[in-house]
Amino acid sequence: MKPTDPAITWLEEKPLGLAERLYLPLFIQGLSTTSRHMVSRKVTVNYPESRPVVGNPLIYRGVHRLNRDDAGRVKCVACFLCATACPAHCIDIVATESPWPDREKYPESFSIDELRCIFCGMCEEACPVDAIELTSLLDLTGKSREEMIFDKEKLLSVYDMTKDAEPMKSKTLAAAGMATFGHAPADAAPAGGHH
Amino acid sequence: MMNLLPSPLILAALVKIGLLVGGLMTAAAYLVLLERWIAAWVQDRRGPNRVGIPLTKIRLFGLGQPLADGLKIILKEDFTPSHVDRVLYNTAPLVILAASLAIFASIPFGSVLPPLGIPGLPDPVPFLVAPGLDVGVLWVFALSSIAVYGVLLGGWASNNKYGFIGGLRSSAQLVAYEIPLGLGLLGVVLAAGSLRLDMIINAQAETGIWYVFAQPLGFIVFMVASFAEAARLPFDLPEAEQELVGGYHTEYSGIKLLLFLVAEFLHMITAAFLIVIMFLGGWHLWGVTGSSQDIGWIQALLRFAILSAKILGVIVFFMLVRWSWPRFRFDQLMSLAWKVMLPLGLVNLVTVAAVEEYRPQLENLLGPGIATAVAIAIPWLACLVGWVGSGILTPSESDNSPVRTHGNHGNHGNHGPFDVERELGPHAPPANELAGSR
Repeated sequence: MKPTDPAITWLEEKPLGLAERLYLPLFIQGLSTTSRHMVSRKVTVNYPESRPVVGNPLIYRGVHRLNRDDAGRVKCVACFLCATACPAHCIDIVATESPWPDREKYPESFSIDELRCIFCGMCEEACPVDAIELTSLLDLTGKSREEMIFDKEKLLSVYDMTKDAEPMKSKTLAAAGMATFGHAPADAAPAGGHH
Repeated sequence: MMNLLPSPLILAALVKIGLLVGGLMTAAAYLVLLERWIAAWVQDRRGPNRVGIPLTKIRLFGLGQPLADGLKIILKEDFTPSHVDRVLYNTAPLVILAASLAIFASIPFGSVLPPLGIPGLPDPVPFLVAPGLDVGVLWVFALSSIAVYGVLLGGWASNNKYGFIGGLRSSAQLVAYEIPLGLGLLGVVLAAGSLRLDMIINAQAETGIWYVFAQPLGFIVFMVASFAEAARLPFDLPEAEQELVGGYHTEYSGIKLLLFLVAEFLHMITAAFLIVIMFLGGWHLWGVTGSSQDIGWIQALLRFAILSAKILGVIVFFMLVRWSWPRFRFDQLMSLAWKVMLPLGLVNLVTVAAVEEYRPQLENLLGPGIATAVAIAIPWLACLVGWVGSGILTPSESDNSPVRTHGNHGNHGNHGPFDVERELGPHAPPANELAGSR
């Protein structure tokens, strides 16, 4: 775009007043701002000793976990919706016939490559049974690439580790009176829905 | 055998040089840490607080950081690019550091020691490497001008565009601001009647009136000019990172870069010393230190502590200012130097000269008390008038706005407010052709 383009609206610069030309009010303003910030509360933390506070764990997207149901079994039904939704193709599921009567399939292996993951939360959105969730664990480190591929056991152990601090999101939301899509009451489903 | 031993005078000077150089280098290293802390605190961060005593878990608020920084930069590869002028490239850091250190020969870093009684060493021993140097202030200014050579040589010898522009900017800026610096200083020299910095402190200690109160305009001019001389924000154009990468030391690395950076901090320390000594009373503090030269150990150390505290305060102000205001544009920098600071410095000089000239008559006429009050009131009045006057005379618009034509181009006036012919020169195509060719 050229400076002569008629689409440009040129604004007059506001002329400086006497106070601005004397520098003094701006001098005091600048110095008081920096002085105030110098003694104000700091926004960073001394990391390994004190940890940053996650504002809302419900919407935070940290390390994944695989939830367990009340019987302690993996909740996942190996429907592949998360793997399909994943834009980074980091979820790898091997499904096999379920030994339990309440579902047809379950994951024989379930692994997430945390190095490929972009932590977008699409898998959590896609999951129909609230099996995969993103926790508020924010410091994910490892010493090798292999170590960063989380298998089913590791993902379940993340659940065991975090379930007390962060209950399953569906339960938290249900307790707050908000229905999630996966747990929507049957009569609330739209008429003529999916066939 | 006795003749082979250096005289006590030389030994004392060597001891003072050792203490001063060691102290200054340590101070420069720790000022880097202080600068990083203040930068962090101003930005609501915590700053470096990890490095403590090596091989232990003791952290000491990060006080080991300068050691680690120094070690790192010394052990780094000292890379010399192939396209530089080797002789000048290697000379520049040495010139700038040597000049910055030599300045301190005539700067007092305390008052005097109590009588030591060493034969051959005249008592009292002053906190000054070159005592009795009658051209003290001139020495400071001469050597700070030589330090400019280091910057210029570094920029030139680097054979790099960023370095070259940094060096050019630096030369123009330092030449421009040495004049207001000198004018701010002349008022003090006039009032104190001496070019020796220790005498300037004594003059303030005797009257108890620091020159910041007696010459406010001189203080402002000197303060602004010394910010520019030390190339600190808002006048850090010679090494504006956002524009020039590193300015004149872009091509330097390793220990040569360290020499430049230390010299920069020494410039800031020098500026703080000069401001404190010439305007803020040096080691003098009302009710704590007298003006006597006959003092005990406690008083001597107290004066040293007061001077150091004042200098630290000024340096903290330097560092706070860095985060308070944006950098000046180069034309603004020049217009501030030549159109504002130079006239204000002259106003200050004339006022101080007039006050000093007529002070005896005033004292005869009004008595010493009222005469002192008048001698202080007149410079303040001059400061107020000078400042407001320069504010009124400043253009009310910053001069980077596009040139307005106000439609005086008739046939192609509707293409916006730019006077394209004026912007591009007389041989540029008319504005309507430019607009049509997009």
